Amino acid sequence: MHPAPSVIIFTTLSGLGFGLLFFLGLGLPAVSGTVAFIFFAIAFGLAVAGLLASTFHLGHPERAWKAFTQWKTSWLSREGWCAVIALVVMGLYAISVIFLDQRWGVLGVIGSLASLATVFTTSMIYTQLKTIPRWNMKLTPAMFLSFSLAGGALLAGQMRLALPFLLIAALVQILYWRQGDKALAASGTDLGTATGLGSRGTVRAFEPPHTGTNYLLREFVHVVGRKHAEKLRVIAFALAFVLPVILLVLPFSHFFALLAILSHLAGVATSRWLFFAQAEHVVGLYYGKR
Amino acid sequence: MTQLPTSTDRKMGLVIDLDTCVGCHACVISCKGWNTENYGAPLSDQDAYGGNPSGTFLNRVHSYEVQPEQGAAQLIHFPKSCLHCEDAPCVTVCPTGASYKRAEDGIVLVNESDCIGCGLCAWSCPYGARELDQAEGVMKKCTLCVDRIYNENLPEVDRIPSCVRTCPAGARHFGDLGDPESDVSKLVAERGGMDLMPEMGTKPVNKYLPPRPKDKIEDQIDILAPLLAPVADEPKGFMGWLDKALEKL
Repeated sequence: MHPAPSVIIFTTLSGLGFGLLFFLGLGLPAVSGTVAFIFFAIAFGLAVAGLLASTFHLGHPERAWKAFTQWKTSWLSREGWCAVIALVVMGLYAISVIFLDQRWGVLGVIGSLASLATVFTTSMIYTQLKTIPRWNMKLTPAMFLSFSLAGGALLAGQMRLALPFLLIAALVQILYWRQGDKALAASGTDLGTATGLGSRGTVRAFEPPHTGTNYLLREFVHVVGRKHAEKLRVIAFALAFVLPVILLVLPFSHFFALLAILSHLAGVATSRWLFFAQAEHVVGLYYGKR
Repeated sequence: MTQLPTSTDRKMGLVIDLDTCVGCHACVISCKGWNTENYGAPLSDQDAYGGNPSGTFLNRVHSYEVQPEQGAAQLIHFPKSCLHCEDAPCVTVCPTGASYKRAEDGIVLVNESDCIGCGLCAWSCPYGARELDQAEGVMKKCTLCVDRIYNENLPEVDRIPSCVRTCPAGARHFGDLGDPESDVSKLVAERGGMDLMPEMGTKPVNKYLPPRPKDKIEDQIDILAPLLAPVADEPKGFMGWLDKALEKL
């Protein structure tokens, strides 16, 4: 898949933002007044910036409101609803905490659950696609949710929670890569089933339909970026998990905490880039590509 | 809207004969010609006369080589367009309801004024049948020439999809695949018509007829050849003398 910056920014930032909202809604940390304002501003900033970035790749962003209509079948539509519900509920909760010096606990819990639901629905947009075996796995929502919780705990300053969540996310990441590398072969789809000619012999793409490129190849076949995939995996893993864990274990300082957050953000963004760049869409088979 | 109809009255679709297709790409051109000036936005091209041309097509012809374990390789031309799947994933993923499958004839269409160009339907299609038009920012796909097949302003012979009307080899057939008595259904039954990527569970309506096994090449290509009288005779008369004289020279 083409690793479009808009979707990488969207999933990385909104995952982190909704992760932070999850913890804030549970009163972790139990902040109020100006400190609460800063926490909520960061959370809303990340979540909304991510959602806005996701509209950049639309052909007609002015019609984006129509995406709220098909929640019965479409995960993209459900994501829109969850995001709006989470932001509105958490907005009301934020008002209670910042300005009224009260804690509407039930509202916070609802907002927390809606925030997690938003991350889950985002992940299901990718997970539902049978055409991309590397995404069509149960580990995909597990990865989105564990990343969001780990990043949220880091941002919320919940250092005792951040450590186990980071370790869980790291484990899910390793499992995702291991299973993902086998996903296309395990799907049973190859040029033989794509053309229906597989039972007759070995099928080879002889001539593409056009000498030039096209939308399908630009969108679904991204071979160049995969060249350094192994190195990028090491970088992503080190930045997202290893370095933040080391910084958390060291004696606490605000500088180390900031460094851990920035390192984690860069690592998750790299991992998300690989999530797209390494995903093979089966339509590539028709072109003799992956 | 983006909920699929539980069943459709008819299953209109194409049957493509891989045995007869000669790979001339005439269907590609006639498709683009008809559809760029009829249903919905035109099918735009980018840098059409430059060094890196690219454009929107609803039908593309691939060519594959099949190498059996024994014998000669076979070249198979392979036209590919929307298969109007019964269980079309492109319809259910659409967030706006722009993508839909018609209950009356099973044709999968895009309502372009509702399309936000998110591209998710193209992501969900295993066949590469949908392309986002780069000029218009909306999703384009085969309409089964919905503006031809019911068009009473056209002569009856033209009320079939443009690609079928054009094919010089008769490799494309159009009809109701939901009716077991239709010509296309009989053709599929007789020739062992197949689905593409059946493991994807899309239940395509369009079927492909497998190529027939080609004749084996024997040592003697024509069994009648030894029985034929030789064409070249020994020259006689003046030509015979000339032949001998030149031979001696």
